[in-house]
Amino acid sequence: MDTNTQNRRSGMPMAVRLALIFIALFVLFALFGQWLSPHEFRATSLFDRLKPPVGFGGTWEYPLGTDARGRDLLVRLAVGAQITLIVAVVGTLIGAVLGSLLGILAAARRGFAETLVVGAVDVQASLPIIVVALFVLAMFDSSFTLFLLLIGLSGWEVYARLMRGAVLTAKEQGYVTAVRALGASPYRIYLRHILPNVISVGLVQFTVNLPLTVLLETALSFLGLGVQSPLTSLGQIMSEGRDRLLTSWWLTLFPGVIIFLLALSISLVGDWVRDKFDPTLRTEN
Amino acid sequence: MIGFIFSKVARAVITLLVTVTLVFIFIRFSGDPAAALAPPDAPQEVIDQYRRALGLDQPFWVQYTGYLNRLAHGDFGYSIHSGRPSLQIFLDRLPATLRLGGIALVISLVAGLGLGAVAALNRGRPVDRAVMGFSVFAFAMPNFLFGLVVILTGSLMFQVYLGGQGASGSIFGVVAPALTLGLASMGSYARFTRSSLLETINKPFMLAAEARGIPYKRRLLRHALPNAAIPLVTLVGLSLGSLIAGSVVTEQVFAWPGVGQLLVRSVATRDIATVQFLVLAIAATMVIANLIVDLLYLVIDPRIRAR
Repeated sequence: MDTNTQNRRSGMPMAVRLALIFIALFVLFALFGQWLSPHEFRATSLFDRLKPPVGFGGTWEYPLGTDARGRDLLVRLAVGAQITLIVAVVGTLIGAVLGSLLGILAAARRGFAETLVVGAVDVQASLPIIVVALFVLAMFDSSFTLFLLLIGLSGWEVYARLMRGAVLTAKEQGYVTAVRALGASPYRIYLRHILPNVISVGLVQFTVNLPLTVLLETALSFLGLGVQSPLTSLGQIMSEGRDRLLTSWWLTLFPGVIIFLLALSISLVGDWVRDKFDPTLRTEN
Repeated sequence: MIGFIFSKVARAVITLLVTVTLVFIFIRFSGDPAAALAPPDAPQEVIDQYRRALGLDQPFWVQYTGYLNRLAHGDFGYSIHSGRPSLQIFLDRLPATLRLGGIALVISLVAGLGLGAVAALNRGRPVDRAVMGFSVFAFAMPNFLFGLVVILTGSLMFQVYLGGQGASGSIFGVVAPALTLGLASMGSYARFTRSSLLETINKPFMLAAEARGIPYKRRLLRHALPNAAIPLVTLVGLSLGSLIAGSVVTEQVFAWPGVGQLLVRSVATRDIATVQFLVLAIAATMVIANLIVDLLYLVIDPRIRAR
């Protein structure tokens, strides 16, 4: 983390640049990838089952091959990338907003509200989010909304803890006393003075949390408990291809490598942002 | 110090109690168990009979205390599929998971500490960069992808199929899933050991040791490493969560007959009693592990005892 002192001076390290390029390509693929293929992502074709990709005996009709129902893998990857992207970004946002609000509330009100929030953080920290998600999915029918909310729960406790700490520190600063002495209302103090000073903590945590959300969504979908067919996501495609790993490797390896590169790219950028914005915030993970 | 221990234990107990309560509330409000258990075309009287038998006609508070009472007596409910106690099903699966998790923990700790120390000693050199690169790689690698790649290479290059239950007997059949499970922790241990060691090397007592003429290697192994390893205890405690979460996926990929596979299977078949027990067991394990880590600090770090 502190190896890149010379790089920090000269701008972005090469790895971060490559990571940003990959993220841009991934977003473009998620948005427009469906137009690369004439097929529809749910359209089956019994005569074209398990066709290999080009270069492994396949044809340009299906450049990345087809799955067990003859669906075009290229267009499925594009749709899957889209869903994975939406779930990751929306899910991380829900957790960020929820956790930050609770953390700010705890620090602002102190007393009982703070005890409640800190207690809830303890409880959440005692259960891995994947276990919480499995518990809820065991009892309720899996729907896309429920799944999105569950993904949104992941990591909220980290935001709550960080924001509570940041606001408690900010409250003690001289400028807050000064603004209060000038007669500013509490709302004004929090919205106009404290929030702009602590928001960077939340933003940095957002980039650190995003790859974890990608991995959580794909893992749950891979287990068959996340995104459900006919909808698809990168993890869901892998879960469908898993049983044919030895014969039709493209069904698992293509989505798997995309997930890996995406998580890798986001965490490279996240580490860089974290070091750049706030060197005191280094959480070891 | 007594106050410190007391507050830690109290906090652990409260956390567990809140978790138990939340689990209870969730299960009660997720649907009517009587309607689910009774045959589909059962008349209302039969459903009512089930309700009475299950105590569902009692007030909420009575049901809750009854639930706590049953838990306290070790009655965790029965699987709706096999009819066996969920505790028994869990105990059957536990050894396999402990074996896998234990080996994964040892592999990741030994490799992580070693890599981190090597990186710190070669700070800024290519070895250091390679180790840091590996730690980012390990963090971003989804364990299900890594597991599948391991199975694929095992089958294609060594003609060993690692994805079946038969593989769990051989050495290679244990190491492959353990490596998959421990990879992420290995990366974070390496990263953490490196930064902790670099921090310790610059402490005044290291300078004092050098002034006393202690040779470099001894300074490093006997003075720096033990001090740098103290925060690692916390990290190991924290990574227990990711180890449990990872074993859910890893056991599924390698068809490993452990608790993680049981959890996924119970969720898929909606075996609520088993799922409930597993959630409580995991929560208890993590709360107790964190408590042990907190108390272990008292033993290994005299500075906390002095406070």
